[in-house]
Amino acid sequence: MDGKQEAKDAKKASYELEKRKYVIGGTATLIIIVYLLRLFTLQLLSEDFKISADSNAFLKRIQYPARGAISDRNGKLLVYNQPAYDVMVIMTEQIGVDTLDLCESLGITRDWYERRMEEIKDSRRNPGYSRHTQQLFMNQLSTEEFSRFQEKLFRFPGFYIQKRSIRQYNYPNAAQLLGDIGEVGPEDIEADSYYRSGDYIGKLGVERSYETVLRGEKGMEILLRDARGRLKGRYQNGKFDVAPVPGRNLKMSIDIELQALGERLMKGKLGSIVAIEPSTGEVLCMVSSPTYDPRIMIGRQRGKSQKLLAQNPLKPLLNRAIMGQYPPGSTFKTGQALTFLQEGIITPSTAFSCNHGFHYKGLKVGCHGHGSPLPLVPAIATSCNGYFCWGLYHMFSNRKKYKTVQDAMTVWKDYMVSMGFGYKLGIDLPGEKRGMIPNASTYDKAYRGSWSGLTVISISIGQGEVNLTPLQIANLGATIANRGYYITPHVVKEVQGMPLDTLYTKKHWTRVGREHYETVVAGMRQAVLGGTCRIANTSDYEVCGKTGTAQNPHGQDHSVFMGFAPRENPKIAICVYVENGTWGATYGVPIGALMMEQYINGKLSEASEAKAAGFEMKSLYKTDNSENEKN
Amino acid sequence: MKRTKPAKKVPSLWSSVDWLTIFIYLVLLALGWMSVCGACYDYDQAGSILDFSTRSGMQIVWIASSMLLAFLILMIDDRLFESLSYIIYICFLALLFVTPFLAHDIKGSLSWIKVGSFSIQPAEFAKFGVSLCLAKVMSIYGFDIRKWRDFIICVALIAIPMGLIIMQKETGTALVYSALFLMLYREGMPGCLLFTAIAAVVYFVVGVRFADEPLWGIKEMSLGQGVVMLLILIFTIGLFLVYKPQSSSQKGRNLSLPLWAGLALSLAAILFARFVYPFNAVWVIIVVCGASVIYLLYLSLRYRALSYFLIALFTLGSVGFHYSANFVLNNVMEPHQQKRIRVLLGLEDDPRGAGYNVIQAKIAIGSGGLEGKGFLNGTQTKLKYVPEQDTDFIFCTVGEEEGFIGCAVVLLLFLSLILRLMHLAERQPYTFGRVYGYCVLSIFIFHIFINVGMVLGLTPVIGIPLPFFSYGGSSLWGFTILLFIFLRIDAGRSRRQR
Repeated sequence: MDGKQEAKDAKKASYELEKRKYVIGGTATLIIIVYLLRLFTLQLLSEDFKISADSNAFLKRIQYPARGAISDRNGKLLVYNQPAYDVMVIMTEQIGVDTLDLCESLGITRDWYERRMEEIKDSRRNPGYSRHTQQLFMNQLSTEEFSRFQEKLFRFPGFYIQKRSIRQYNYPNAAQLLGDIGEVGPEDIEADSYYRSGDYIGKLGVERSYETVLRGEKGMEILLRDARGRLKGRYQNGKFDVAPVPGRNLKMSIDIELQALGERLMKGKLGSIVAIEPSTGEVLCMVSSPTYDPRIMIGRQRGKSQKLLAQNPLKPLLNRAIMGQYPPGSTFKTGQALTFLQEGIITPSTAFSCNHGFHYKGLKVGCHGHGSPLPLVPAIATSCNGYFCWGLYHMFSNRKKYKTVQDAMTVWKDYMVSMGFGYKLGIDLPGEKRGMIPNASTYDKAYRGSWSGLTVISISIGQGEVNLTPLQIANLGATIANRGYYITPHVVKEVQGMPLDTLYTKKHWTRVGREHYETVVAGMRQAVLGGTCRIANTSDYEVCGKTGTAQNPHGQDHSVFMGFAPRENPKIAICVYVENGTWGATYGVPIGALMMEQYINGKLSEASEAKAAGFEMKSLYKTDNSENEKN
Repeated sequence: MKRTKPAKKVPSLWSSVDWLTIFIYLVLLALGWMSVCGACYDYDQAGSILDFSTRSGMQIVWIASSMLLAFLILMIDDRLFESLSYIIYICFLALLFVTPFLAHDIKGSLSWIKVGSFSIQPAEFAKFGVSLCLAKVMSIYGFDIRKWRDFIICVALIAIPMGLIIMQKETGTALVYSALFLMLYREGMPGCLLFTAIAAVVYFVVGVRFADEPLWGIKEMSLGQGVVMLLILIFTIGLFLVYKPQSSSQKGRNLSLPLWAGLALSLAAILFARFVYPFNAVWVIIVVCGASVIYLLYLSLRYRALSYFLIALFTLGSVGFHYSANFVLNNVMEPHQQKRIRVLLGLEDDPRGAGYNVIQAKIAIGSGGLEGKGFLNGTQTKLKYVPEQDTDFIFCTVGEEEGFIGCAVVLLLFLSLILRLMHLAERQPYTFGRVYGYCVLSIFIFHIFINVGMVLGLTPVIGIPLPFFSYGGSSLWGFTILLFIFLRIDAGRSRRQR
């Protein structure tokens, strides 16, 4: 009985115990469920780990493309690349570096090191800052500096060398045109996410305006890096690498020989020379004086040079050809003649009298001695002020044709604008200015509505409110050379593998008919043959020209020349603008003549060479130290 | 008779062996090999993963030899294991004893013996010896674990190899043997013992791990203290409900009501601190605990019931343990010991320092996403960001290369293996088979719990391998022997029933 009871108890106990398997199985199941939930949160709910893993394992090395080279219109290489070495730093890896040793190896001071480190970490000044990526520490080591540092590099974990290319220039010319490259600023990084701290960007000239073409596309090499920082080859055999796309080469429309001569001739003078090939709108040279040697802007000395140039009161950084806004003086008369002819105010045979100027109702605009009365062609040739004043007067007071003086003004303004004045032409250079062509409301405001043709008479001779850039004056020359149209001037002739912007192939017709242009051309030819531009005359080809002597209330008058050659199928249209050069014939005409000779003949004759040397010596302002920078 | 018997037995073996377990075993082996490939793949020597000079190639050798071993074990008469169990146990004790003297020092561990060109780790193999011996002892007629003498014998059988392995400085492997208490629980060890032990571990881990974090945004309260104190209250109520005496004098009265009220008061205090006025509500819970203890003591006197007294003791002991553990950790232990524990608990957040493994493991797993990066495409494990990525941290490779789906498959396979083993153990007609089966599954549970948990940053970092995944012959052979002895015993169950 006892045994039976015992067995029964044991059976019951064993049954009770068997239930414990649920506890154990339940525990195991619970553990697995908890782990699955944990995995779920780790793997599916958080992106942080993926980012950490990538920054662990991937060293993304940027592959810099070669920047496009720049050549002149004849294929002469102007700008090319040369290697330089940047020192990069990854903040999280550079812990424990012997700074003293580092400073010594790089030839920098401890102070500089600390200041630079602060700058790098300052995310306001360095918006792309990350502790895990390479930051620029020091740029553009020379090859010698680099080889010295390279030997010791293993001692400085977290410091890397990045090979970069910087610009090198073959000619000491065309600095403002070519521009330069420099490190991107915070505003560049903000504007375009392509740039990282330490990248280079075009700062001036075509380097800036063609930045996106020249720079190419950066590539990226994804390397695997193990826990000790050793590189373990390419991720997936480079499947995700992006090869850099080299920048496109530029062929400029500039003739570097012509440019060099222009700079020689303008030495010691303030002003500008712009030459345009009329049939294409290509700018053959664009001199702005004073200028500087582009080579002073290379590498680490750029900052210093930049500062000196910016402080120079003569403003060598200013490209006067497109940023200088001057009264065009008598060169503007050609545009007036065209307007009057087209509007029927005058015919080529209309003669106005001029007795040493325009005298009317007590108003007097002076003129030099010449026969009177005279028709249009000699008026242009002798640059008669009276003739054009009369012309404008007749136009603005013609109440049959124009209801009010405002209407006449508006018509006049439209003619001017059609000739490329008053607005930016749209040249492919940064910083172009629009000049000034007044309109009716300008005068309504200034004279409270009470004004007449007489009030504004000086605009007819390129004075008063009228301002043009030398480029616009040269473009006027090109338009006349073309007998009525111009193509927007541009300095880049070809972009490798890309068509030129249609803006630079389209013809802009003015509002004036071709036959009127022939009249003006005759006048300009006459000026060379027996008028104000006699010095420009040559037996080699037919030069047409127009002088200008722009009155300058602040000092000596400006000397201006606008012309083109040859008369038929013109190859070159030119504007020479010499500040404080007094008469147009003093500087403008001879310089223009030399430039045309150089371009058309390909060289200067001996006599011209001597003349050129003479001009080179003439200085219109005191040379100071900063001008010597050039040499 | 002896000649005809094997001929008669062989077909019955293949029909009675549990093919489902073998299937899970083979799938896990295959997945394990893939993970070792992923973990060992070297970019510098991107040769064949089958090359025997690489670990992935060697693992094939280990896998093949394990399968051969499994086959051989299935060929052995199952009664042999039972009869040899004492001898095997004693042999292992001797081997474990001499190991530290023969061993080469590998990263401070003295558990590896060199045999020819291979190193073996006796501690990995000893598991099956200890399990066999326990099964044998516990299947002796008249054995009752609820008798103190028998219980102590079991504890001693477990503790002696543990001690020997601790002497080899393999604390992790030694801790595995504590999993056998799970088996003891199944065999009748009072649940409260297991419960108390687990509760102590939880108090310690939670209390220390979260000591300095605020509870629910209340700066005055420590998360660790608050949670542990609440757990103590909840455990007390739980024990009260489970162990209340079935005495007639208490009928019709709900004696647990004051305890519930105490818990409610504690929660109310926390709510008050959170939303009305922040203060350290732990003091309220301590007062509640004290009141509960007094109440339980009163009940034990009133009804002359020992269980109330024991529950009161549990509550008091829990509070005491919690506070003394913190005190001991902060004031008694040496700084380097403190650091080790803090790192184990994930308190030290120092990449490249001691917590580096766990951080990198989480990064590797977390970067796997849903589908993973694909076979051999993981970067974190291959670039050696995760230390021990082919042994203890092998699960990182699964996480990184196979993603959440792969991890889930592996974990569910392990779970089904454990549950299957439990089913097999429960169907054993004799205690010996059942006890051995529970030994096996307890060891598996412990390994998976700790190994996967540490990789996920949930459990302390204890260096033990993940069964069938971690690289190495010793652990693979050890687990194979452990598992297949049980399968062999199970296959012979019908003959025993007869």
